[in-house]
Amino acid sequence: MNVLLDHLSEFREGFLGTIGLTLASGLLAMLLGTVLAGFRVSPVPPLRYFGTAWVTLFRNTPLTLLFLVIWFAVPQVLDFGFSPWVKALIVLSCYTSSFVCEAVRSGISTVPLGQAEAARSIGMSFFQTLGLVILPQAVRTVLPPLSSIFIALTKNSAIAGAFSVTELFGWQKLLSDQGYPIAWVFLWVALGYLVITFAISILFRVLERTLEVAR
Amino acid sequence: MKLRKSAAAAAAVAALALTATACGGESGNAGDKPAGASGGKNQPKLPTYAVKSDVKVDSATLEKAQKAGKIVIGSKDDQPYLGFQDSGGKRSGFDIEIAKMVAADLGFKADQITFKTIDSGVRETTISKGDVDLYVGTYTINDERKKQVGFAGPYLMAGADLLIRSDEKGITGPTSLKGKKVCSIKGSTPLQEIKKPKYGAETVELAKYSECVQQLLNNEVDAVTTDDAILKGYAAQNPKKLKVVGKPFTKEPYGVGMAKNDKALRDAVADAIEAHQKNGDYKKAYDATLGLSGSDYVEPPALERY
Repeated sequence: MNVLLDHLSEFREGFLGTIGLTLASGLLAMLLGTVLAGFRVSPVPPLRYFGTAWVTLFRNTPLTLLFLVIWFAVPQVLDFGFSPWVKALIVLSCYTSSFVCEAVRSGISTVPLGQAEAARSIGMSFFQTLGLVILPQAVRTVLPPLSSIFIALTKNSAIAGAFSVTELFGWQKLLSDQGYPIAWVFLWVALGYLVITFAISILFRVLERTLEVAR
Repeated sequence: MKLRKSAAAAAAVAALALTATACGGESGNAGDKPAGASGGKNQPKLPTYAVKSDVKVDSATLEKAQKAGKIVIGSKDDQPYLGFQDSGGKRSGFDIEIAKMVAADLGFKADQITFKTIDSGVRETTISKGDVDLYVGTYTINDERKKQVGFAGPYLMAGADLLIRSDEKGITGPTSLKGKKVCSIKGSTPLQEIKKPKYGAETVELAKYSECVQQLLNNEVDAVTTDDAILKGYAAQNPKKLKVVGKPFTKEPYGVGMAKNDKALRDAVADAIEAHQKNGDYKKAYDATLGLSGSDYVEPPALERY
């Protein structure tokens, strides 16, 4: 208990850091992932290839390796001068977007083909079909896997702690180096993560309820 | 955004491979294979330690080790010239030498030592559980730790310092870091110091010192901070490109960790350190390891017995 009380301000900073990074990269991944899913079901071949390549690359590379690449390999060729936080945001968003893309795409496949054909037959464009007919129906199916993806993202953000970002897991490193009993430190860190992930699952449960449609 | 000299993807991947394996090329094999150290000079040789026989110490830990015929010593494996393990599994460095000279005085030959790599975060737990008999690995003696483990020492007075590129003119100590980028390990004590607003430095925190050193060599950061002993090891590995400023701004007395209430063993280890400091082994060991960095030898601190 003392460990937490003595270092409450650092703990709070870490906690807020994890929330901030998770929220920001979650939103960006959501946006990127939805666009990529659109690419992957679009009638334009180059866009389809791009989407497939993106997902293949980011879904199959270990996250730590992506961090190492943006920290050590990218600056050798191009030096953007990004801050550590922005680097983490880019890596986490790209990585998570590939999972979001696949979840959204699977949602799209659950909408019966007749829906798309009907939309096309009354003269809707591809974007109208996707935005007005398909996606609204796909959202319901996509919510449960998305919830898992964002919970995974929360925990994945811990890796950013090893790359100069202030977040919850880094607090543990700070204190174990000073020789505090490790079990307590881990307990508080775990509880911190639990609060965030639990909030995410509650949010999605509420969303599921509100979007429920009698089939 | 500026376009660098096109270091092709291959170079980038090579750099990545280096950082990923946390080993800057030459392994820290001090003594017989100079790792690009001060060219042409006779490399200082590592001393050999006379092993005592019939050692009697009233310590349960030691008696158990004597029965088993081997002593288990915890150490680090990723600090060149200090506590390093090369890809062949051979360990080298100043802390390893300290472990060997202490073990010799306790009656164990070098081949009767089992080294175990123990991460900083779990040192106290490992020692109090009895998984290691002794621990030698940049272990700063402090009161919080004394509640959980016993210390013999200090055998080396380290202190937070700065590692810079050899051609760096602007950094002469912690007070000249305004607007500079300083790298260190997540949660390390020197970084907490440098973070204070009075220094005005920008900090970068990574998981390994080798990553920080890589960033320094890539001109991504201007300095690396941690205990000078660790920095000297990296400077010894790369004496042409790197140097230690030599103005320590904290005190980090390194001790040998062991079970908390084993006074007999504490005294025996302290005696061993003292004996080897007196007979010159200590200095020889330093010259053949951390001394290769070009930093001067400093007389060891007085031992504190309690």
